[in-house]
Order: sequence, then C-alpha cells, then structure tokens
Amino acid sequence: MERRAHYRNRILPWLLIAPQLILVLVFFYWPTSQALYWAFTLEQAWGGGNEWVGFDNFMGVFGDGRYWSTVGRSAVYAISATAISMGIALVLALFVDRGLKGTKLFQSVFIWPYALAAPVVGVAFRFIFSPQAGMIGSLNRIWPGIWDPATNGLHALIMVIISHAWLSIGYNFVFFLAALQMIPRSIAEAGAMDGARPARRMLDLQLPLIAPTTFFLLIMNIISTFTDSFGLIDTMTEGGPIGSTEVMVYKIYYDGFKSLDYSGAAAQSIVLMLIVITLTFVQFKWVERRIHYT
Amino acid sequence: MIERSSLFDFVTYAVMVLGLVIIITPFWIVLVAASLSLPEVARVPLTLWPSSHLMENLSAAWSRADLGPKLVNTLIVAAGVTIGKITIAALSAFSIVFFNYRARMLCFWLIFLTLMLPLEVRIVPTYSIAANALLPFQTLLDATGITSLIEAIAGIRIELNWNLLNSYTGLILPLIATATGTFLYRQFFMTIPDELVEASKMDGSGPMRFFFEVLIPLSRTNMLALATIMFVSSWNQYLWPLLVTTDRPNYGTVVMELKALIPAQNGTPDWNVTMAGALLVMLPPLLVVAFMQRWFVRGLITKDK
Repeated sequence: MERRAHYRNRILPWLLIAPQLILVLVFFYWPTSQALYWAFTLEQAWGGGNEWVGFDNFMGVFGDGRYWSTVGRSAVYAISATAISMGIALVLALFVDRGLKGTKLFQSVFIWPYALAAPVVGVAFRFIFSPQAGMIGSLNRIWPGIWDPATNGLHALIMVIISHAWLSIGYNFVFFLAALQMIPRSIAEAGAMDGARPARRMLDLQLPLIAPTTFFLLIMNIISTFTDSFGLIDTMTEGGPIGSTEVMVYKIYYDGFKSLDYSGAAAQSIVLMLIVITLTFVQFKWVERRIHYT
Repeated sequence: MIERSSLFDFVTYAVMVLGLVIIITPFWIVLVAASLSLPEVARVPLTLWPSSHLMENLSAAWSRADLGPKLVNTLIVAAGVTIGKITIAALSAFSIVFFNYRARMLCFWLIFLTLMLPLEVRIVPTYSIAANALLPFQTLLDATGITSLIEAIAGIRIELNWNLLNSYTGLILPLIATATGTFLYRQFFMTIPDELVEASKMDGSGPMRFFFEVLIPLSRTNMLALATIMFVSSWNQYLWPLLVTTDRPNYGTVVMELKALIPAQNGTPDWNVTMAGALLVMLPPLLVVAFMQRWFVRGLITKDK
C-alpha cells in the first residue's frame, strides 16, 4: 500500500535519516569493505602497506585441514542444536496452545531462557556439567571417566550443543506459540467436526499451517549457532580441548585477535558472511512467496 | 479447547510439566548452588535444596568481580543502546514513510540489509573502526585528494582521529544502528491512515509536530515491545565489550566479568560464588522479560510479519 499523503521538505528527511545512515555506513559497510580488502591482500612484514595477493588468503584457508574440521563441526553444531531446540519448543508450544487451565504459568516460564546472556548460560551449564562437582559428579564416582568435557572433545561438544539448544528454547517457543495462535479457531473446529482428534489435528492441521514460521525459525536458529555460539564457547571450553569445540566464529576471533592473522581472519569472515547472506536471502525469498492463511 | 478429552488433557499436562522441569532445573541449580557453603557445593551428589549462605555468596561475588561499578557500566550501556536504537529507528522510519524523496527506498534497503551482517561476522574490521571511527572519512578525503589540496593551500594536514576504545561511546555507538527496529517502526507507521496526516496538515502542524504529538503517542506499545527486546539484547552483549574494553576495571560490563568468577582448573572449586554472580547478572533482564512479557511477545510477533 503506497501512502498518498506526504510532507514536503527538501532537507528535513535527510536530517532525520542521517544519524542511522552514518552509523550503518561507518560500522557496517565500511568494515565489510575492509574485510574484503584484507581478504585479498597481505600485510607486509616490514610495513609499507598491503600487497595484493588475489585468492591466496582463501587458498590458504581452504587448504588448511583444520579449517575444514571447524566447518564440519559448525555444521554438526548448527544442525543438532537447531533440531533439539526447535523440537522441544514446538512440542511445548503445541500443548500450551491448547489453552488448558493453568497454562499461562507454564507459558511464562517457557520464555525465561530468552532473557539470558549466552555467557551466563555457559557459566551455569559449565557447573551443571562439571565432572567433579554437582550433578554429573556422582555418575563419575560410579564409572570414573564416563563424562569429562575437560579432556574429552566429544563430551565438550555435546555439552556446548545442549547449552545452546536450551538457551534458544525461549525464543523458538514464543514464535511457535504466536504462529499457532494466529491459526483461526474455525479451522480447528471444522477439523474437530470432521472427527479429527486433537493429536490428529496437531499433525495434519497445525503443523502444515505453521510451516512458514518453522522455516523462518530454522534459518534464524542456524544463523544464531554461527553468531551466539561465541559467548557459550568462550565461557565453557575456549574452543578446547585441543580445538574440539572450535566453530567458525571462534576460529575467526582466535586467528584475528590472538594470532593476529588479519588476512586469514578476514578471508574466513568473508566465507561466514556469504553463508549468513545466503541463508538470509533464502529466508527473504521464502517470505515473499509465503502463503497467508489468516 | 474445543472438545473434552481427559486422556489427551493428561498428556498435555504431562508434557508441560516435563517442559517445566527442563526449563526450570538449570535456574534452580544456579539458585541452590548460590546458597550453599563451600563444603556443601563440593559435595557429590549436589543437594537440591537451598542452604542459608545466599547473602554471603552474593557479597563475595559482588566484591570479587567488583560488580558494583560493573553493574553501573552495564546499565549505562544497556540504557544508552536501548534509547539510541529506539530514537534512531523512529526517526529513520519517519523519514522513510512520511516523506516522498527518491532515495528513500535505497536508504531503507541500506539499513535493512545490515541484518545480513551480524557483529560476529565482521568483528575483525569493526574493531579497527573502533580504534578510529573517523577512518572512513579520512580515507574518503585522501582518496578524493582533498587532504593534499588543503595541505597545499593552508599548510595543514588533516588527521581525523576518534578513538572509541575504552569509552562508553565505543560500547554504545556501534550497537545503535538497528535494522529490526527501523523495520518494526516502518511497519507500524505504514498502518497510520492517510487521513490522519491530512487532518494534522490541515490543522497547520508541521512534520515534527506531527511526529511528536501524533506518532510518538500512538506508537507507545511498539516502543515498549522494542525497548524490552533491545534492553535484553544490549544487557547481554558479550563479544563487543570484550573487544573494545581493555580497561576492564573502569569500563567492564557484568557479563564479561562473569568469566573471571569461574574457578581455576586447580584452584578452590567455589562454584557457589560463581553461581551467585551468575544469579546477579541474569536477574535484571529476567525481571524485565517477566514483567514486560505481554508487550515483548507482541513485538516479536510483529517482527515475524
């Protein structure tokens, strides 16, 4: 819908939008162009500016076996954390949506994880999963070494993935519930009249109707495993033991700020950026074609 | 609920209780551990009932991580980012929706596409910007030859430099641009009927008066929703404060200090103090979400559309 009534002014609209435009150009587009520049150049050791090296930095990154294991790990992380979190959130939302007595109480608790910072969850779950203290400790007393994220890479990765999945339940739950509540009641009533029991309606009616939201959440969750994972990994494992929880973002941070390899980090940033852009783009394309039932 | 089905109702409650256990257990463990004494927290298996040492653990965490000033810092940053985002989003959306100029869609897309560039994927170059926020302008002046021109004429060499490291500006400013906020405001402004604009024009009000006296009051609910989301996300910032503050004692935020409370590998396993710290850090955003739930849920729903 195009607006017909406008204000006329030559300067004012630019003054209004200028602050945001300047911020966006300085803190988003300029750094992105810098990342591109660094990714295709190499800083010379004795100073004297950057030298154009074409795709050498990318070749260096892609030729590194360690990078590919990071990519594989990120993929495993993304898929499993997303699946666990969305699965739990969807089941909870489906049952909360039935609106039985006392549901409001459950509903408000299910949102809580949304309020937490990734590092806070990281610290809390590090204690919960600690092999010596707390909960898991008794298991380790019975079977020594059955759980030790400090030395066992697989255990560490499982620990981080579970923490991430738990952290995103709140966000996923809110969106699933919102989508379910937007389904017109008459459709559910018609289904009931045709003899569909509640469980049948969940599977054949509600699930297909919230497919667009599910897809939206799928993309958002995968992107969040690329971005939010930093706070968890930095507080829980710092990428260890021996790099077994190092995902793409953490490697960029490590290579850029600890090893000071800007060109390599920039090349990796570009790759990650392309992944995020592709995912977001797919998401937009989907939204455009999205069917509205309400 | 459409029909009665006591079996399915039972399943429903069972699933919801199970969900409650999954969600609440970590919160409960943090709370319990924060109330235990050192020998109690080291005991295996962990007691699941609170003890009486909550206050002393809280104050131990408070003094060890120097949480007082850090809380003030976090509050300043969270408030600054939230207010900044809302202001800037409302102004840009106003400009895009209520003025008719050719570049407005371009401007909107420039802002909106930043959704694709989360901070985490551009940390390395953004950090160099924080060291000198005026670098892009300097480069522009250099590239267009204005620098050398002025140097030739006036004999002054322009060196633009504005270091944002270790300052509130550095913690706040780069986080203020908001695609989500601008989009939300734009969506809302588009629903304002043309008649309202025409009526206030006829009454002789200019654009700014219309903005302050019509649009702002009308968008109060959206503003609350947006404020909740923005406050939570800025309170929880971790990576950016970690990078721009090397001066931890003066500019550190609570979320980054939490890591310092984790017991060392071979040190005293005083997790009770760590959990007390975690409790303090998670409480403000949790309270905000609990109290603002109604508006915040609405805000998220609009974001989806």
